[in-house]
Amino acid sequence: MNTNSINMRKPDSPTLRKKTEPYLYLLPTLLLMCVLLIIPIIMVIRYSFYDNVIINKNPVFVGLENFKLIFENSTFVVAVKNTAVFVGGSIVFHMILGLAFAVVLNTKYLHRRTKAVSRVLLALPWMFTASVIAILWKMMMNPNGVINYLLSVANLGGSHIEWLASRDFALFSITLINIWAGYPFYMVSLLAGLQGIPNDLHEAAAIDGANVSQRFFRVTLPQLKPIIISLVMLDFVWTIQQFALIWMTTGGGPINATEMMSTFIYKLGFSKYEYAQASASAVILLVVCTIVAIFYVRHQRGQE
Amino acid sequence: MLKLKAVHNKSLAMLMMALLLVLTACGSNNASPSGTSGSSGSPTSSGSSGSSGNSGGGSDITLEFQQWWGVELPDGALQEIVDGFTAQTGIKIKLLSNPYADTRTQIAAGAAAGTMADVVGLDGSWVYDFAKQGAIANLTALMQADGYDDSQLSDQIRVDGNTYMIPVVNFAYPMYVNLDLVNEAGVSIPANWTEFVNATKTIKEKTGKAGWAIPLSTESPSGIQNNFMSWLWASGGSMLKDGKPNLAGNADLIATLEFVKQLFDNGVVAQGAYAMKEPDMVEEFTNGRVAFMTDSLAHLTTIKSEAPDLNIDFIPIPVKDGYTGKSGMDVANWGIGIAENSKYKAEAMKFIEYMMSPEVNAKLAVLANAFPGNIHAQPDYPADNTLFLKAYDIYQAGYAINEFTGLPTSEELMRQFDEQLQLYLDGDTKTAAEMLEKTQEIWVKAFK
Repeated sequence: MNTNSINMRKPDSPTLRKKTEPYLYLLPTLLLMCVLLIIPIIMVIRYSFYDNVIINKNPVFVGLENFKLIFENSTFVVAVKNTAVFVGGSIVFHMILGLAFAVVLNTKYLHRRTKAVSRVLLALPWMFTASVIAILWKMMMNPNGVINYLLSVANLGGSHIEWLASRDFALFSITLINIWAGYPFYMVSLLAGLQGIPNDLHEAAAIDGANVSQRFFRVTLPQLKPIIISLVMLDFVWTIQQFALIWMTTGGGPINATEMMSTFIYKLGFSKYEYAQASASAVILLVVCTIVAIFYVRHQRGQE
Repeated sequence: MLKLKAVHNKSLAMLMMALLLVLTACGSNNASPSGTSGSSGSPTSSGSSGSSGNSGGGSDITLEFQQWWGVELPDGALQEIVDGFTAQTGIKIKLLSNPYADTRTQIAAGAAAGTMADVVGLDGSWVYDFAKQGAIANLTALMQADGYDDSQLSDQIRVDGNTYMIPVVNFAYPMYVNLDLVNEAGVSIPANWTEFVNATKTIKEKTGKAGWAIPLSTESPSGIQNNFMSWLWASGGSMLKDGKPNLAGNADLIATLEFVKQLFDNGVVAQGAYAMKEPDMVEEFTNGRVAFMTDSLAHLTTIKSEAPDLNIDFIPIPVKDGYTGKSGMDVANWGIGIAENSKYKAEAMKFIEYMMSPEVNAKLAVLANAFPGNIHAQPDYPADNTLFLKAYDIYQAGYAINEFTGLPTSEELMRQFDEQLQLYLDGDTKTAAEMLEKTQEIWVKAFK
């Protein structure tokens, strides 16, 4: 035994410096997230338990009173219903369109260059911000706009349809806009998934006598299942918070035909100055999103 | 024990990751709209919510002036005006210029955080709520302390009898008319409601274009104030009594509602009204698709530059049949107030008096294409701007009015009226009287 060794440290035990180094790299981001996200979230949760805040110099703790008021508010019920329709419709058609385009872009029957150009064109809606999308579609859906013009030329429409101004069409219209804006995310993710499916599986299925449709449902979809579940959860969380698009197209109207939870919260806070109730509504939304996010994380960890 | 700890750690880690995921989604997905009301878009210049007011040190006082005017005036114009105050008094003015929608949010946040600028640009519809919040100072007391003669002010916005905002310049809302459509249809300029109904009907039949437009989007329900109530106010009507809602049983309002419904039922109103905002209405008019439009005089320059060949004119808003009194003209204003937490209220009052002095007020009115807030100001409007001068004549023949200024949650009141109006226009609510009773019930809650 070498008694002259002065190195008493176990060779596998990391130094304090090595232990803290990763956290030091993370520190700037963590600080930023803390100041810009964590602290405001905690403040909003706190606000939801007071009678009113910001404009009220002496807020009084009222417990769950604000939550009770929100659940009793008829506009909140309408907002939840509209949000459910908007989110459900968006997710379903994001999936259908995204998968369809991904399959087309993955096909061996198109030239590589055609696929490359198509990929860029089909992904374009995703590049625009909500402001640009809202302005674009407002112009197209104007009663004197290009959509009504094309419908009248094709003899498909009667007099000008008020896509965004009619209670019958407004929710459908903004859901359509959101579907258009969001399908590229699905398309790109599913395309990556499709390209990751080994060809052997398709070949083996073909040898076993499976036709195109059977291969799609029995081989392709099961292989894509983990990605699909992730996409659905993320899309749910993002779409349920959609505000800019709805605000800039219809503002929640006509009357409350397109009132969403996001516009409901905004009007409570910035129009009615009921910041505590707006905070309570925001907390409800946060809880819903967090529940979904927990399932998402469990799903991701399950995959690992 | 170790296993329990591991499970606990795992759950905690999962919850943290879930929260981070949600928060990241919040941060990455929500593109903030540009320029919409109330958005927290980034300031255009050095204006954030302002530091703790000013950098006072010895006799060197700097007042911070938060407003949106600098953004809407020619470059450097506002700075030149405030430099005149500095030259007179030695007090410096630091301009914090942001878009209009951001200014309201920043004042509310600044008041709560105690970081408001000393002097703030205000819209009349914000005054009540900021006064109740204790964000803005009582100007009546400051004017009295200074011995200021307030009879020269065209208007003062009061809450509980005290002034909190002084309109610096007024943007009037006259009626624009597309003379080409009027001539094509062979109608004459209407002077009352019956003539207006007939003229718009003929214009629609002969030209296919809309006779009138009203922006009723609930995102920005200013159409209720500027386009709907203009009819009421032009015929001497009022929606308030002693500062409180007087909607139910209001004969003038019932008549106005029935008149507007008639226009809708005749199909002469520009389509898409329920999703239309003021800029959309202006676009319809500029593109020659609307014959008559009540709109801000501030848009005249834009309309003329976008459609130089458009043959337009201003007319007095047609009045209710048989009405012979003076007509009220809707105005929006650039108002000014002082922060309650300002350490230099007396100096801030001096600055307001400077901005309201006849010479400075006149200069600002010309630059902004607006009407002065000081009744003695003599703006030197360009003589070749005949249309603007005609609008000014119409304005001076009547009186300025905007009953929404100084009301609690003004924008929300407009939105509530808008929603009830839509229900009435669509036939869900059968009569105008019923619509007004429902709206009154909703409105009074805000006045408690």
